[in-house]
Amino acid sequence: MTRADRLALALSWAMGFACIAFLMLPIVITVVVSFTDSPVYTLPPPGWSLRWYAEAATRQGLWDAVLLSLNLALASTLASLVLGTLAAIAVARGQFRGREAIATFAVSPLMMPGLVVGVALLQFFRDIGLRDAYWSLLLGHVVITLPFVMRTLLAAMNAFDFSLIDAARTLGLSYPKSILKVMIPNLAPAYLTGGLFAFLASMDNYPISIFLTDARNKTLPIKMLQYLEEQPDPSLAAMSTGLILLAILVLAFGARTVGLNRMIQG
Amino acid sequence: MSGRLDRIGLLAVPALGFLAVVYALPLAMLLAKSVQGPDGFSLAEYRAFFADEYNLRVLFRTLRVAALTTALAFVIAYPTAFAMSRAKGIWLTVFLVALVLPMSLGVVVKAFAWSILFRANGVLNSALMGLGLTERPVRMLFTETALVVGAANVFLPFMVLPIYSVIRQLDARLPEAAASLGATPWFRFTRVTLPLTLPGVVAGSAFVFSLAVSMYVIPSLIVGERQQNLSMLIARSFLFLRNEALGSTLAAILLAIAIAVVLGSGWAAARLGARR
Repeated sequence: MTRADRLALALSWAMGFACIAFLMLPIVITVVVSFTDSPVYTLPPPGWSLRWYAEAATRQGLWDAVLLSLNLALASTLASLVLGTLAAIAVARGQFRGREAIATFAVSPLMMPGLVVGVALLQFFRDIGLRDAYWSLLLGHVVITLPFVMRTLLAAMNAFDFSLIDAARTLGLSYPKSILKVMIPNLAPAYLTGGLFAFLASMDNYPISIFLTDARNKTLPIKMLQYLEEQPDPSLAAMSTGLILLAILVLAFGARTVGLNRMIQG
Repeated sequence: MSGRLDRIGLLAVPALGFLAVVYALPLAMLLAKSVQGPDGFSLAEYRAFFADEYNLRVLFRTLRVAALTTALAFVIAYPTAFAMSRAKGIWLTVFLVALVLPMSLGVVVKAFAWSILFRANGVLNSALMGLGLTERPVRMLFTETALVVGAANVFLPFMVLPIYSVIRQLDARLPEAAASLGATPWFRFTRVTLPLTLPGVVAGSAFVFSLAVSMYVIPSLIVGERQQNLSMLIARSFLFLRNEALGSTLAAILLAIAIAVVLGSGWAAARLGARR
């Protein structure tokens, strides 16, 4: 290693540490603010208390939104895992032309402007007469989650040794059974990664949901933004701190079962 | 044998059918609507859009903010991905947690946290004044700089991860071989390391740019209505003005930008792949 190399590496590390601090900053701010005793967001807090946690617990509207968002995220992620598994097998194993195009198409909603997809869905659902907000939201959220699942599953299946499936079939398993009992357990990290990112994307989606909600079906991000505009008190920070805690538990579970690096890289 | 494999292709039908009906068709209808006048095909809405100087400013601002956000994210992400590729054990864990954990904090709360930080009476200003760097509070909230910093913060993981996965697979012997052949460090970086990691850079930049060009929540909370971008204008025309013709045209323009980014990055990736 030359001196220039060492200098470059040292600078990379310095930027790396700065980057960690930069990324964690919003989390730190949120957690600190959640323990304030003041009714407004001020930093540093004038005093400390747990009152906003008690307050957050009583915000019925927020918890309804949390439940709706969890419901949508779970249902759309599960639907995407099923659709995505089938489509990824077709792309990885099929011999037909245009498989690349299928893969690109299935991943493309990731890079489309959310607001535009939301507007298009709003007009489309109105044209076909779908008025139910929950089903509109669910269909819209499958469009959001499917690309995340497809991206990870495609990468994993391209590296998967499908002769294991042939072996399972020689041993008497049907094709669907061998997929369920051999391939999916083998690709568990990819399922966890794709599922996790899809789940988070659904939980956090604002631009598509805003066009598909009605007064009774408001997802968490929509409710949160409305809250910030109407009564910006730190109970929102308290609730977010709770969600961060939940995420830490999920990450710890992922790290123990499949390893963090494998989980994040798919 | 080929019958079996063709039947495997049918497994793609449910997902493709779903996306065709609930994604491609609605977008196509939106595009069709934007070129539909009272009597057939018409580009009147587009002509009206591009004739209005305000709209052009919004369009230009949207593109500029997205470009600056992508650039800032790249400048932070590239060295970080390098450090990450050398990190082991606990430090690698710290990097990975720092990249993924913020995703659990919704974009609404994250953008709001930045707006707290940027306030005139916020910690950032107190720190600047405490250090004697400024006498009076600097206006930070509602500025484009604040927006770019906040957006880069939210989208940073999507730049770091693709670059990291390319650097991780980089054969460390290649730059060493270049060095043993007498290449200067600068030559090695620009002619060996950078070209080999370019696919990750292209993927990350395309992703961050397309997220930044269409962001809505972050500018709403950090700069507000006075400096609108395309997404805010779209939301406004549909949710408040109820002007669907204008909204559809704006949406079609933003869609065209996104499709250009997808095609452009795909083309760049294919060229990079062919060169190797």
